[in-house]
Amino acid sequence: MIPSAFDYVRATTVDEAVAALVAGGDDVKVISGGQSLIPVLRLRLSHPSLIVDVSKIDEMRTIVDEGSSLLIGAAVTTDALIKDARVQADVPLLAMTAATVADPAIRHRGTFGGSCAHADPAGDLPTVAQALDAEFVIAGSGGRRTVAARDFFVDYFTTAVGPDEVLVAVRVPKLGAGWGANYQKFQRTAQAWAIVGVAASVKTEGGIITGARIALTNMGATPIRASSVETALTGGPATTEAIKAASASAADGTRPTSDTHAQAEFRSHLARVHTARAVAKAAGI
Amino acid sequence: MTSTVEASPADIGQPRRRKEDARLLMGETEWTDNIQLPGTLHMAFLRSSIAHAKILRIDTSAAKLAEGVVHVYTGADFPGQAGSTCVWPVTADIVMTHYPAICTDEVRYGGDVVAVVLATERYLAADALDLIDVDYETLPAVVDMEEALKEGSPLVHESAGTNRCYTHKMPCGDYEAAKAKADVVVSRRFINQRLIPSPMEPRAVVAAPQGMADEITLWTSTQIPHILRVLLALLTGIPENQIRVVAPDVGGGFGGKLQISREEVLAVILAKRLGRPIKWSETRSENMVAMHHGRDQIQDIEIAATKDGKLLGMKVDLLADMGAYLQIITPGTPLLGMFMYSGIYKMDALDFTCTGVYTNKTTTDAYRGAGRPESTFAIERIMDELAAELGMEPMELRKLNWVNHEDFPYTNVAGLTYDTGNYEAATERALELFGYDELRAEQAARRASGDTVQLGIGISTFTEMCGLAPSRTLGALNYVAGGWEHCTLRVLPTGKVELITGTSPHGQGHATAWSQIAADVIGVPFEDIEVIYGDTGRSPYGMDTYGSRSLAVGGQAIKVAGERLVEKARIIAAHQLEVSPDDIEFNKGVYSVKGDPEKSNTIQGIAFAAFTAHNLPPDVEPMLHGEATVDPLDFSYPHGTHLAAMEVDTETGKVTLRKYVAVDDCGVQINPMIVEGQVHGGLAQGIAQAMYEGALYDNEGNLLTASMGDYLLPSSADLPSFITDRTITPSTTHPLGTKGIGEAGAIASTPAIINGVVDAIRHLGVNDVLMPASPQNVWRAIQAAQNGGAA
Ligand SMILES: Cc1cc2nc3c(=O)[nH]c(=O)nc-3n(C[C@H](O)[C@H](O)[C@H](O)COP(=O)(O)OP(=O)(O)OC[C@H]3O[C@@H](n4cnc5c(N)ncnc54)[C@H](O)[C@@H]3O)c2cc1C
Repeated sequence: MIPSAFDYVRATTVDEAVAALVAGGDDVKVISGGQSLIPVLRLRLSHPSLIVDVSKIDEMRTIVDEGSSLLIGAAVTTDALIKDARVQADVPLLAMTAATVADPAIRHRGTFGGSCAHADPAGDLPTVAQALDAEFVIAGSGGRRTVAARDFFVDYFTTAVGPDEVLVAVRVPKLGAGWGANYQKFQRTAQAWAIVGVAASVKTEGGIITGARIALTNMGATPIRASSVETALTGGPATTEAIKAASASAADGTRPTSDTHAQAEFRSHLARVHTARAVAKAAGI
Repeated sequence: MTSTVEASPADIGQPRRRKEDARLLMGETEWTDNIQLPGTLHMAFLRSSIAHAKILRIDTSAAKLAEGVVHVYTGADFPGQAGSTCVWPVTADIVMTHYPAICTDEVRYGGDVVAVVLATERYLAADALDLIDVDYETLPAVVDMEEALKEGSPLVHESAGTNRCYTHKMPCGDYEAAKAKADVVVSRRFINQRLIPSPMEPRAVVAAPQGMADEITLWTSTQIPHILRVLLALLTGIPENQIRVVAPDVGGGFGGKLQISREEVLAVILAKRLGRPIKWSETRSENMVAMHHGRDQIQDIEIAATKDGKLLGMKVDLLADMGAYLQIITPGTPLLGMFMYSGIYKMDALDFTCTGVYTNKTTTDAYRGAGRPESTFAIERIMDELAAELGMEPMELRKLNWVNHEDFPYTNVAGLTYDTGNYEAATERALELFGYDELRAEQAARRASGDTVQLGIGISTFTEMCGLAPSRTLGALNYVAGGWEHCTLRVLPTGKVELITGTSPHGQGHATAWSQIAADVIGVPFEDIEVIYGDTGRSPYGMDTYGSRSLAVGGQAIKVAGERLVEKARIIAAHQLEVSPDDIEFNKGVYSVKGDPEKSNTIQGIAFAAFTAHNLPPDVEPMLHGEATVDPLDFSYPHGTHLAAMEVDTETGKVTLRKYVAVDDCGVQINPMIVEGQVHGGLAQGIAQAMYEGALYDNEGNLLTASMGDYLLPSSADLPSFITDRTITPSTTHPLGTKGIGEAGAIASTPAIINGVVDAIRHLGVNDVLMPASPQNVWRAIQAAQNGGAA
């Protein structure tokens, strides 16, 4: 399809981007990797008059090791998440999940921040942010603020980022030693979106699960924490049976949609099956 | 490779790299969209978003005033003008309908055209579409074929008084008598779902007044420049001798570009009317609703056999979805399979009925295999079901019933004569490559241990009918065209060769394979041959490319044209060497006197002599060329054995193709590497029908799978490395011994995959899964079986 006409500004600093957004009024959009925005424009689902490009802002393209967390710039590409040694070592769940996103061409352009700000319920990276209790650094004309993951994802394609704000970075806590990670993405073709996804980080000590962080992709309007499964697992044995039993509640309280790939009922079933698989893999069994 | 003939020398049979590829890979291509002519007006179409509605009012006034807009047209500007036509009225009482260039009072599918904008830029034309205001009165949409045939159903074409387009019957033998003798009768309903052809390059056209006085040139991404020229003349009233059609580089077609479209018709009419170039390039979203779709049949199949597994007869009752209109061969497409429902098997009776049904959906038409994938699916699936019913090993049931190699030529129950084949040889090789017995053992072990992931083996021992076709046969089927093909070969004064073919490749590698044939026949270097095609100005005669016909039919024309050229040159050589033509030997481009090889001339030397014409025999005209227009003796019957190992995750319904073996027999291979490419591409498409693709509509007739996010095409990441081989049983009805291979992979693989999926979970009570075998479809089949009764 063919988008409507728009103006384009490439910002070199966060302040410049915010200033352009404020000056641009109601009809302005941020573009980062463009892998979600450009399709939206081409289908004429959105008609912005101005587009502010944040993909070349240095601050937003860097990863900073803060000790107990990594501060990952919003414009860091999905491909970089897979290949960065710090991400691999300290947040393996993120690196592993990033490798399941789309295909290499899209991963080289699409960004971590773009994916979170877009907040497609089928997006894989937001689920990791939700599972790991990430924090989002947002800049606006009044300065910067930090929002927790549970408050960041508001609804379908809706986040805490205001229309004249920029998502600058995502702070992802390191879990430390003893944690295993796994992302189960259930999809029909290698480059398709998730029908359902399950991100799990699990800590085991002496055959007992002592910690679990589990979040689900595409089981509702936003990425959803499977807290009842986390509770049921914690303190229990790391066995296939126990994990299966705990995962039976994975779909409780979720609100999956129905589409051409799966009806809601099937999605709920898949969420239970893949929660058990992700937890088992993360626990090393 | 199991060969029953000696390898031919020289060029035929060499796995030559394709001449085409360097240019394609380096981007030196000429796609229609790359053509930029000064003064071009860009055409954009306002398409209905509603499947069925009356058009109450169209307001184009705002669009007309928009920046860059030169004209806005509605149906009122083209009263009575057809945008497409059907050349295959399959029965005497078929309900034919008018396909408007632009709809006037009613839209009949989501994507139907209600207005056309011409603007100075493509983007401005798209912007103007948003300014056109249409008032619709929504009518009930006809979506389901069975509902459509019920009394009181809403009608797609009110004036037709029915949604039944035609019913075609072909009773062969006495099915009821055969059934009366049967111990076992198995019936199944199979759904061959609707598919969207999805070529890499969507459609594109440029039409321009160009060249000679009144000539209009149409560049279009088509498979059929020659047929299109005839039809454009008939539909637009522009004399045929003032229309030139060029198919530049074409990025795939798969049948989707075997069509005459309203976009082409309007481009030509408007270029003529305005005297300016008109251009349109389709977007992907547009392509998914506006280019014709394929398949879409409900197949009620019944097969009757003895308790020992001997086939007696088969009954086939089809509903075929035509969509909203009839286009070039819409009604005939399902019938292209009717002679092939018995597959490779002997039986006494075949009772075939097909009813075409109008619905408020995109028109269907040819898609890779056209009719034969459907028949092959039906027979190969029902053979597995019959084997299960009889408790027989499915391969044994096939062996018991197939035509043995010594029984060729064999006339099947529908009256077609298969010239040659060797099903035993292809099957033996396939079983060997597959490791059949080991996989059966693994299957048993997995069943015994109750593994979450179960294994199944899918078999498809297929043949098909391609190489369209003897003109006389096409006439008998009410098809309004012939099936011949043309070639002109010219050796130019400098010794370079022009090979002018009427086939129109769009990815098949004709430039390479045709050069190999000509190199052998006239004895010139492969590199010296330039193949010219796809332009009615340079290649005036042809019947184009579809139905695996190009080599099977066009190859014959090259051979005959070459032989005629060689004979003309022999007469000139004899004259110049002062001997009788009988005393001249021709070998690899050299004419020499028998017994005195020192006295010789080359074909290039003779070409120069024919050019200067200083010393030609009295009755011989200057210049060295040969021409042939050849009608094939018969269809072409490639065959093969395909085996698929399928894994099914019984918890999630996810299906994985673990191993695929394809042993094909396409007779003599001109270029085995091109054959290999055709097989791979065909397999990917046939497997895609089985596992991924499927166009879905809601009850209002909205296409739900209108983007590639919803309509899933597999990529190489989803497919294993195919294991392929060929047996070679040359055709006896085709002078080069060749058989078509363009569609075989797509025809054979779909039932192989589904048979494998069903085989993996049959022990759970499943005896069919809907295509595509998506996780949800497979999971539901398992759930249904476990909750009592098969799906
Ligand atoms: C064919 C295809 C397949 C895909 N498959 C997957 C998949 O399997 N899994 C998956 O997770 N994703 C998938 N994606 C999406 C891809 O990962 C996108 O890159 C990602 O969702 C958006 O990132 P982006 O940088 O391209 O954002 P953009 O497209 O540039 O922007 C997306 C939205 O976020 C806003 N935005 C972007 N950056 C900021 C910022 N810093 N501050 C404020 N707002 C911002 C934009 O205004 C826009 O609304 C796929 C995309 C395509 C085209």
